[in-house]
Amino acid sequence: MKSKLEKLKGTCIGIAGCGGLGSNCAMALARAGVGTLVIADFDTVTLENLNRQYYFLDQVGQKKVAALQENIRKVNPAIDVQIHDVRLGPDEVVNIFKNCRLIIEAFDRADMKLMIIETITERFPDKFIIAGSGLAGYGENNALRTRRLGNLFICGDETSEVSETLPPLAPRVGVVAALQANQALEIIMDDLEPSVGDDVWDE
Amino acid sequence: MNKGKSMKINLNNKEVSMAGESFSVRELLNLMHFTFPMIVVKINGRLVKKEDYERVFIGDGDNVEAIHLISGG
Repeated sequence: MKSKLEKLKGTCIGIAGCGGLGSNCAMALARAGVGTLVIADFDTVTLENLNRQYYFLDQVGQKKVAALQENIRKVNPAIDVQIHDVRLGPDEVVNIFKNCRLIIEAFDRADMKLMIIETITERFPDKFIIAGSGLAGYGENNALRTRRLGNLFICGDETSEVSETLPPLAPRVGVVAALQANQALEIIMDDLEPSVGDDVWDE
Repeated sequence: MNKGKSMKINLNNKEVSMAGESFSVRELLNLMHFTFPMIVVKINGRLVKKEDYERVFIGDGDNVEAIHLISGG
């Protein structure tokens, strides 16, 4: 087990978005002992975030990346947390995450999820990406799962969309964030091989 | 698509028989009732970008994976 933990220490993981998925996933990876975390988000902590995101009352108004870095350091100051206060597009994704072994997709919007999946698959076909899809509401424990499509893993129930009547709540958001973190650990500790030829269709 | 011809594809690990010889990704998604706007589509392991749904075609024997991307995070 010791050598596997050493692997974690030597690994860099990128986290795209520091909301419900990203903040909880980052804390799980930090506690597990991942050595380097590259976190990116443009947003600020609000009161409404506190029902599910890993921030505290006294952090309302702070930039999420700065607040999350502070929270990770409170758990383990030895972790290298690199922060990027930026709105991510394809170019930023490439530049910011180029040194990461795998990337956690933790955006809110579905079009952003597709953007990062397309960008990583096209530009870094050997990197793994672990996305979240479907986490709103409560209950339905066993609908939350992980599916693998080559170097892409998708965690969630793939159906429940956030809406006025179906808000994101801490337990299900936390479960999906933990599924993403757990999948990352398996990739690193068990040295999962990237799928060959797993790139973008180009006729 | 030609009448009388048929094809079998593997869609999300299930064999699906279809009337016709080939379908664009867009046609297949419509036929299979993928309703949310954002979908990850892989054919034989290769990702089809959203902008290519009309020009990439699926034929007999292809392995198709299609998963909805749902807002919320």
